[in-house]
Amino acid sequence: MSNANKYACQEISIQAEDFSLADEVALLEKDNLTDGAVVTFTGRVRNNNNGHSVTSLTLEHYPGMTEKSLAKIIKQAKEQWQIGRVKVIHRIGELFIGEQIVFVGVTSKHRQDAYAANEFIMDYLKVKAPFWKKERITDSGETSENWLDAKDSDTDKADLWS
Amino acid sequence: MIKIVFFAALREQLDCAELSLNAEDMETVGDVKQRLSDKNSQWQQMFSKSSLLSAVNHDMVDDSHLVKSGDEVAFFPPVTGG
Repeated sequence: MSNANKYACQEISIQAEDFSLADEVALLEKDNLTDGAVVTFTGRVRNNNNGHSVTSLTLEHYPGMTEKSLAKIIKQAKEQWQIGRVKVIHRIGELFIGEQIVFVGVTSKHRQDAYAANEFIMDYLKVKAPFWKKERITDSGETSENWLDAKDSDTDKADLWS
Repeated sequence: MIKIVFFAALREQLDCAELSLNAEDMETVGDVKQRLSDKNSQWQQMFSKSSLLSAVNHDMVDDSHLVKSGDEVAFFPPVTGG
């Protein structure tokens, strides 16, 4: 197997464990002498949503379909932009304030394609990949759990690419 | 048989993660929804929501998509990952 193929096998990871931004960047750069640009995005759990105090998020996914959906998004990105390596990591299970949820890393010869492809992958992941967030919120000492509603703004943002 | 799976808020509201249906008399995803709606008024309400998403064998589809024995059909609310 060539190095490129070896890398491609690891483009998508759905995992409960945390990831290291430094390690992921090192992997995107390892033996990659053709790409001058590396663009990364990391999404984290914030402590507030719609005026509520959030204590944790629980991420559910659809095993099999999630990977297939992300592979399709990455393929679309590669058709649209001149990009080198791609890595998408999405965590599942219960995640607390400040914890990392999602990582998208893209390399390319020059920055424009890596920036655009990274944003495209994230925008499409938000509206097409089967993940669901349930938030645990605490208001005036009362704890409750709610499944988040999809946001029209996310759909509108993704639609801008088509 | 057709395997049916449910996710997230829908799974909790139905209190059901998966079930199997005989493929007889069902040609499309819309027919599957109709069969599930027949169970009771709560299920009927859940499967009449226009926001409900459907997938067959891990691809997003609409109600007119054909189904056959051996398929895995999934229903779930709009996605909220990232």
